[in-house]
Amino acid sequence: MGHRTPLYDQHVELGAKMVDFGGWDMPIHYGSQIEEHHQVRRDAGMFDVSHMVVSDFKGEKVREFLKTLLANNIDKLKTPGRALYTCMLNSKGGVIDDLIVYYLNDTWYRIVSNAGTHDKDMTWMNAAAKEFGGVAMTERPDLAMIAVQGPNAKEKVYAALGENLRESAGKLKPFHSVTIGELMIATTGYTGEDGFEIILPAKAAVFTWQMLGEAGVKPIGLGARDTLRLEAGMNLYGSDMDETTTPLESGLAWTVALEPKERKFIGREALEKQLAAGVPRQLVGLLLEDKGVLRNHMKVFCPQGDDARDGGGRAASGTAAEGEIMSGSFSPTLNQSIALARVPAGVVPGARVEVDVRGKRLTAKVVKYPFVRNGKSCLE
Amino acid sequence: MSKTPSDLRYTKSHEWVKKEADGSVTVGITDHAQGLLGDMVFVELPKVGTQVAAGKECGVVESVKAASDVYAPIAGEITAVNTSVSDTPESVNKDAYGAWMFKLKPSTAADIDKLLDAAAYEALVASEQH
Repeated sequence: MGHRTPLYDQHVELGAKMVDFGGWDMPIHYGSQIEEHHQVRRDAGMFDVSHMVVSDFKGEKVREFLKTLLANNIDKLKTPGRALYTCMLNSKGGVIDDLIVYYLNDTWYRIVSNAGTHDKDMTWMNAAAKEFGGVAMTERPDLAMIAVQGPNAKEKVYAALGENLRESAGKLKPFHSVTIGELMIATTGYTGEDGFEIILPAKAAVFTWQMLGEAGVKPIGLGARDTLRLEAGMNLYGSDMDETTTPLESGLAWTVALEPKERKFIGREALEKQLAAGVPRQLVGLLLEDKGVLRNHMKVFCPQGDDARDGGGRAASGTAAEGEIMSGSFSPTLNQSIALARVPAGVVPGARVEVDVRGKRLTAKVVKYPFVRNGKSCLE
Repeated sequence: MSKTPSDLRYTKSHEWVKKEADGSVTVGITDHAQGLLGDMVFVELPKVGTQVAAGKECGVVESVKAASDVYAPIAGEITAVNTSVSDTPESVNKDAYGAWMFKLKPSTAADIDKLLDAAAYEALVASEQH
């Protein structure tokens, strides 16, 4: 038996197929992961994400501390409630985890990080806080988290949890949060759709989940969560990046704040070295043009030289530069297989690559991601 | 709980086999198999006229989760394929015993009697779950 969230019994009652997810018993689907995917793109769905880790950082020096710990710069959070997506790096510039940090007040920041990296994250952050001094770190297992996502998500949240929420939460821009009573409501998400992520006391989770269900929000499993985030071009830690890859090789250069130059953060020197030498690899989107499904770790064969630049080259066996599928799956919205792949620098959108799919070479097109936005394809 | 119709035969690789009045057999994958694989996205069918040996790969079902070969239950010749299943792969999830994949003319009629009956297949499924 793995860890269970406060909503475990709800999932079982709803007919979920439960699976082990990083030591947690979680719902992979409630009948059809493809239908659940469409539900989020067309209406509203809710995810139990209580397995994710919430940690509070408090103290007079908390801001200075986080500015050394995180690759993105929390000085960007000018008003309380604002949130920032960032990587946390080791001294080699490798990614320990990706996370969201919320500025609650001048001596209180909250971090939401991944379930699968709990132990190493807590060890790393605790040690860093102790060494820095003047910062108290408190993990919050007393909190649960429900994400409600989809074009009708916000309306259904107001209907389920109170019209009063419309006044405060309704005005929030993306990546902002507000605390109303016991609920911390944020305009964040992992689907590319409108919606909220709600952090709440674990004791309130069952009631809140049931109220949302009665308002017509359908339960969505982890299977759909993965196809939704992939369509939205969002990285998954452990697949798209890990401690052996830098954010620059993982499509996350935009989350690294090298300005101002005076801000020293863990991993900065390694990233600057990599930039000076030229980042050798990149994360690109792939769209499979044949029938089939791209899957993690399949080998990718890329055109080289002139072929790579004119966008039309096809890799000949034996001369190709190799890459690898990091996240491959099927896109229900596009009805085609898509993937994020790590390939050599120099491969450009529009180029064609070949992927070894169960012994056969299939053709895929390199595309910019996200693949889907607001329920529609971003691709030509 | 998955369904296991008693009038069908089964293979260890989770195909169901129906003996038709004209001596041919119709083949699909079981309800248990579709539940293991999850939502289907592609079905690859064999070519009509292909000669197959028992246990030979004879098609592929691919779900979001994984690809899985479909095997010929007995030796024979493929006489028909169900293109509506390749057009709507989700029909395999909705009705595994209605979503037939191919028909074959057996080389040896008696081969079908060597396949598992419903009780034996249910026992196999139960043992695989432990």
